[in-house]
Amino acid sequence: MLLIHCPYCDETLPEPEFAYAGEAHIARPADPMALSDEEWRDFLFIRSNPRGNHFERWRHVNGCGRFFNAVRDTVSDKFAMTYRAGEPRPNLDALKEAAE
Amino acid sequence: MTAQIHSFPRSTAVAVTVLPLEARFSLRLRAASREAAEAALGLPLPDRIGRTSEQGGRRALCLGPDEWRLDVPAAEAAAVAGALEGGIPHALVEVTDREVTFLIEGPGSLDLLAIGIARDVRRLEVGRGARTVFDGVQAVLVREGEERFTLAVWRSYASHVEELLRQGAREIALGL
Ligand SMILES: [Zn+2]
Repeated sequence: MLLIHCPYCDETLPEPEFAYAGEAHIARPADPMALSDEEWRDFLFIRSNPRGNHFERWRHVNGCGRFFNAVRDTVSDKFAMTYRAGEPRPNLDALKEAAE
Repeated sequence: MTAQIHSFPRSTAVAVTVLPLEARFSLRLRAASREAAEAALGLPLPDRIGRTSEQGGRRALCLGPDEWRLDVPAAEAAAVAGALEGGIPHALVEVTDREVTFLIEGPGSLDLLAIGIARDVRRLEVGRGARTVFDGVQAVLVREGEERFTLAVWRSYASHVEELLRQGAREIALGL
């Protein structure tokens, strides 16, 4: 079972308390009417789907109820970190250097 | 209305009962309004998730960054419902009849909870609580004492949770 750290509860808790909520840092266009059909399609459906580190949203739905962001390796399923919603996308190279 | 449990096995290991309803509220407000709400309610509102506070028979449990569960005596329900009116932006909803609260006590209570809860309940300190999930059912667990817990679930799931607790208590009573 995956253990996930909730940045609001500041506790590492089992996966059944959480719900996955798709890729993170995708801002809704401020003026959807200004977009072409292709741009709107890309906003709605096109995701990065990387092999490796993925920035994604989770919700501590059976807990504090909050959405937060996580960096998870899509190959190993390992979480590199979690952080509060609204915080900027972390720089992973800096993280790695700090850990070394 | 209180769910009736007729046939929980008598056991020294773990006992399950349904607590009678007092009054329960769900309170949502922003951090900036917390102090004003505390004064109006006559009750400290803990700012860390999982912490509880008590004063004058009223109790608050912090469930989220902007969310508390309030338990108050039934006679005070009307007073609490109107306590925050005027000036304090908030949402306060009485949820007394929404939930069934089980009291689980005895040396087997940790084992019984472990049949449905994935988190490590041993690490929950006395006097703290959490919203979690019990066999797929969202539940609010509070550790009232070393071997004494309350588990509150929404009414429509109560019979499922009750049946699981019954089976678990029976197995623990038989030493399985
Ligand atoms: Zn949380």
